[in-house]
Amino acid sequence: MIIRVNGEECECAEGVSLLSFLEGRELDVRSVVVEHNRTIVMTDNLGSVRLVAGDELEILHFVGGG
Amino acid sequence: MEHSNNNDPLVIGGTELQSRLFTGTGKYGSDAVIPDVCRASGSQVITVALRRVDMHAATGNVMQHIPKHMQLLPNTSGARDADEAIRIARLARAAGCGNWIKIEVISDNRYLLPDGYETARATEVLAREGFVVLPYMNPDLYVARDLVNAGASAVMPLGAPIGTNRGIRTKEMIGILIEEIDLPIVVDAGIGKPSEACEAMEMGADACLVNTAIATAGDPVAMGEAFGAAVRAGRQAFLAKAGPVLSGSASASSPLTGFLGA
Repeated sequence: MIIRVNGEECECAEGVSLLSFLEGRELDVRSVVVEHNRTIVMTDNLGSVRLVAGDELEILHFVGGG
Repeated sequence: MEHSNNNDPLVIGGTELQSRLFTGTGKYGSDAVIPDVCRASGSQVITVALRRVDMHAATGNVMQHIPKHMQLLPNTSGARDADEAIRIARLARAAGCGNWIKIEVISDNRYLLPDGYETARATEVLAREGFVVLPYMNPDLYVARDLVNAGASAVMPLGAPIGTNRGIRTKEMIGILIEEIDLPIVVDAGIGKPSEACEAMEMGADACLVNTAIATAGDPVAMGEAFGAAVRAGRQAFLAKAGPVLSGSASASSPLTGFLGA
């Protein structure tokens, strides 16, 4: 199925958890913050969110800035 | 790091700071230098930005270079209106890095000047949600009053446009804020040299935020140390109260009596 991740279409297995999706992308879940369909998902809840087709994710992290 | 005024803390959002120099994490040739800059400058507050992860390439993690004792000050750069700033602030807090936020709402991409109305709107919402809000602003008295009423914990007037290293071009206007606004005044943006940070502190500003001038210096660690010393010197001079400025004539420093006979 197709979801949108950071504005780009992305192939993702049906019914996978947000936690599994992030780990599958080799992202350290402690260093990112995630919005799922405009709702912030706290790290502890990543495993309980199931992704469905058309979901939109924003995956962010801190970078250098002033 | 030594501090010349240990009995003169700056208190923002209930946190006592001994250092009045805030630093940033942008524009460094190598982020690995950041811990040394923090140590050399004595800074206790450091800014970061929030951006999308690049899903196609592994990138470095700036957080691993920030010493644990630092107070993080995430900014809302990239926000073009209050709603975007609020969204970024909530994400930054959810990322687990505390409740301080530098509101930055900019829709002018040439001069990067902050939008006072949208900044005040975002400040009001976020202060109510328990954030310690430090808004980046034009040094305008009415905007500053709006920010006070909106619940800001400090105001951060610009000295010159972001990243320009042009110094305190808005000196008169910042002076008015220092006189009229009963919140910490943190001069942010435009400071290019330690003498300019010192000048802001001599005027009575409560702190300075310096990123570009340190990060793009030939030796960022030495420049960080110089800025730390300049901010302390300026603060000490402000507390010491400068003597009167005379015009029209001189005033001898040595006695005008007891000269040698002719």
